[in-house]
Amino acid sequence: MKIIILGAGQVGTSVTEILSREAGGDITLVDIDEERLSLLQNKFDIRTVHGHASYPDVLREAGCDDAELILAVTNSDETNIAACQIASILFNTPKKIARIRATEYVSEERLFAEGGLGVDDIISPEQIVTTELLRLIERPGALQVLDFANGRIQLVAIKAYDDGPLVGHHLRALKDHLSNIETRVVAIYREGEAIMPDGDTVIEVNDEVFFIAATEHIRDVMSEMRKLDKPVRTIMLAGAGNIGFRLAEALEQKNYKVKLIEHSPERATEVSKHLKRTIVLVGDSADEELLKMENIDKMDVFCAITNDDEANILSAMLAKQLGARRVMSIVNRTAYADLIERTMIDIAYSPKQATIGSVLPKFRTGALEAVHSLRLGTAEAIEAIALDDQSSKVVGRRIDEIPLPKGTIIGAILRGEEVIIPHHDTVIVNQDHIILFVQEKKHINDVVALFQVSAFFI
Amino acid sequence: MQTRLILKVLGFLLIIFSVSLLPPLLIGWFDADGTHLVFLQSWIAVLVLGALMWLPNRKKSDDLRIRDGFLIVVLFWLVLALSGALPFMLAENPHMSVIDAVFESMSGLTTTGATVLTGLDALPRSILYYRQQLQWLGGMGIIVLAVAIAPVLGVGGMQLFRAETPGPMKNNKLTPRITETAKALWYIYFGLTVLCAMLYFAAGMNLFDAIGHSFSTLAIGGFSTHDKSIGFFNNPLIDTIAMLFMVIAGINFSLHYLAIRRRSLRQYVSDSEVKAFLLILATLSVITVTLLILEGTFEDTGVAIRLGLFQVISIATTTGFTTNNFSYWPGLLPVLLIISSFVGGCAGSTAGGMKVIRVELLLRQGRREIDRLLHPNAVLPIKLNKRPVPDSVINAVWGFFALYVISFVSLGLLMMMSGSDIVTAFSATAACLNNLGPGLGDVANNYQSISDAGKWILSFTMLLGRLELFSLLVVLTPAFWKR
Repeated sequence: MKIIILGAGQVGTSVTEILSREAGGDITLVDIDEERLSLLQNKFDIRTVHGHASYPDVLREAGCDDAELILAVTNSDETNIAACQIASILFNTPKKIARIRATEYVSEERLFAEGGLGVDDIISPEQIVTTELLRLIERPGALQVLDFANGRIQLVAIKAYDDGPLVGHHLRALKDHLSNIETRVVAIYREGEAIMPDGDTVIEVNDEVFFIAATEHIRDVMSEMRKLDKPVRTIMLAGAGNIGFRLAEALEQKNYKVKLIEHSPERATEVSKHLKRTIVLVGDSADEELLKMENIDKMDVFCAITNDDEANILSAMLAKQLGARRVMSIVNRTAYADLIERTMIDIAYSPKQATIGSVLPKFRTGALEAVHSLRLGTAEAIEAIALDDQSSKVVGRRIDEIPLPKGTIIGAILRGEEVIIPHHDTVIVNQDHIILFVQEKKHINDVVALFQVSAFFI
Repeated sequence: MQTRLILKVLGFLLIIFSVSLLPPLLIGWFDADGTHLVFLQSWIAVLVLGALMWLPNRKKSDDLRIRDGFLIVVLFWLVLALSGALPFMLAENPHMSVIDAVFESMSGLTTTGATVLTGLDALPRSILYYRQQLQWLGGMGIIVLAVAIAPVLGVGGMQLFRAETPGPMKNNKLTPRITETAKALWYIYFGLTVLCAMLYFAAGMNLFDAIGHSFSTLAIGGFSTHDKSIGFFNNPLIDTIAMLFMVIAGINFSLHYLAIRRRSLRQYVSDSEVKAFLLILATLSVITVTLLILEGTFEDTGVAIRLGLFQVISIATTTGFTTNNFSYWPGLLPVLLIISSFVGGCAGSTAGGMKVIRVELLLRQGRREIDRLLHPNAVLPIKLNKRPVPDSVINAVWGFFALYVISFVSLGLLMMMSGSDIVTAFSATAACLNNLGPGLGDVANNYQSISDAGKWILSFTMLLGRLELFSLLVVLTPAFWKR
């Protein structure tokens, strides 16, 4: 599939990295920064075009005439929209996806309908990162929280502590502990190694447990693994970028007490205009005096979300040192994320994975609803729809009859409005939403192929 | 340095190359002149060598680093020149010494076209075909071919690809995938070769000569199956076809690709390098033909035009076909033609030399300095096809030029040390560095009279020219080998 990606920023680069390694992803990357392009061209097997992303000449040179998909993820909403519109008028490009940040555009649905701006699909990675961070803040104790089936089902990763009632017991005992709740433990990571869980597996302290359950049951299952912290009230955010600002906005709407630190006075003034109750502080998030003055030791959560990995990690460590109850940091570099797993930082969150998870399903045709990366991208959770088709390998079969690759588990099924935690004899019916956990990423294509009516890529 | 990975890739490339020994084997078998055994032995030797390198390391899969890429390209060309020399050594006719065989094979692969053989017309057809085929493979580059047919090299393939393709700006991929780009290049190359062979055949060559000469024409090589080169046919039509395809092969193949894809010739007209290339050819032709007529070298004006035009195009594109011994031409012409080979063809073509685009950039840079004297405060970007050229590229071109001059001078001096006279030494160095072929003095027809030491120096020079200095020189620096 010929894909043109406009904008070699965070999103553009991440998507390029993933797709260029897959067969059939022929990528042309367009940007105005020539140095950045030549850097990326040396790293990935792609073509690059230097120029302004929405100019017809540049689009033509990038091969818009026969591209099947355009992903406009430049820094500017207007450039993205213009590029999609130009592509649809001049080149008839079949599919055009744009990143649009401003809610002022997004809220006008007619703009993106047929005959509108020519944008077929909107992505908003920042929105997704914000939502995921919000869920992590709201679910104390969880390492990762992923939504499936419009929020009806969640997959949660949690670290087991010795104060959890189930810790030290067989998984089978879970049924006795929670008599009317159905859940499925899909994976356990012990000291970095994956264990395929079955009824006899004993949960040990410090295990990372991944489980799937209906959203309303998540809290009960989590309390089996560790004593839950008291609810969060006060939150300090470091960095008022796109994500910091959105997060503050979402948190203050939910009546949390939010403090937001930003080092640029201009940006601080700007966001303070739009925020109602959040206290916006100008200063350095690694400034001990500032943190102390703002009662860092009384904070339930400290979350570092600047663009700078190093600053995030250090300020989160400092905050923990100074007494913040739980500290989080966003980390873009995978190498760092591995490093800090054993430090005092409670959660390292990689926005890159979330971004890719939000964009990738748009590239995969057919029955895929969502793809989420877990454990820094080594494992994946996907939501697929079973479609009735002569050749379907899933519909009408019992779960133990489906040829799933090794390490792949069906965690939950959404049938209509009902959440089913399946057993080996559950039969899949048409239109089931199936949540699968894939332990090894290399199997993902095989799993997707099971649900595919046509090939992986068009 | 990831030795096992390098061995794996080298072995793999050798296995691919070994296939190229099969067509001459078939010819030898068909002609029943005994040469098929030579090629059978060579094929088995290369195949076994490749397999020995590949098999134990085939499970190694890691990304190639920058150094690995350079080392693979250089080692591969060396190993290729050595193993390509096998048939020349093993055959009874010609039974060549090691250095002669390596020289011949290197000259073939680097598309130089310098030969130590005489009496070509009496050689077995399989050997003759093999020589032409070496040129053809070396023209577009056998690594490019490997990248095209074996996508396994992945991003590492890009590394190798760039170390082998000529030109100062190597980031212009035709398609997103390097494999597809390499394939496109080879399709065009193959298509043009077939077309050229058919035209030669229609113009009166026999099938064997037509195919053989189409190989060395498109590769801008210059090997011929006859001692008298293209002059053997003495056919104006064949001369014209050769000239046409030498010019085509001297143009950047990405332009051919765009022209075919967009079905228009606009690309050529708007490309400043092609314009400069054609302008150079035209100017040289006018000077040469005028001088030939004025000096009365040939009695007939028509003959002067025909021979003059052919020789200008053959030498300026660095092909090296001859229809007349230009080293006896009057006045400045022999030296002028040899100097013109320094410019060579366009970047991304199969031609040798420094490439038109580099010379163009150098001239514009010189022009800019003059303009700057007149307007000290002016901002004067150097533009190519209406786009400013980054300073990094211009610096690289300067560096290239400096090294080219230094290489030429020092290798020429070395040649004199090895026993050649001054004209022979420097013209042979130029002819080999520019991958041209025929020189002046003792090497106007062939390189037999050069001493063994001289042949080793020239073999190195040819490789230096084909890999455009940097790829080879970087491997020779101590810093490359430091951890």
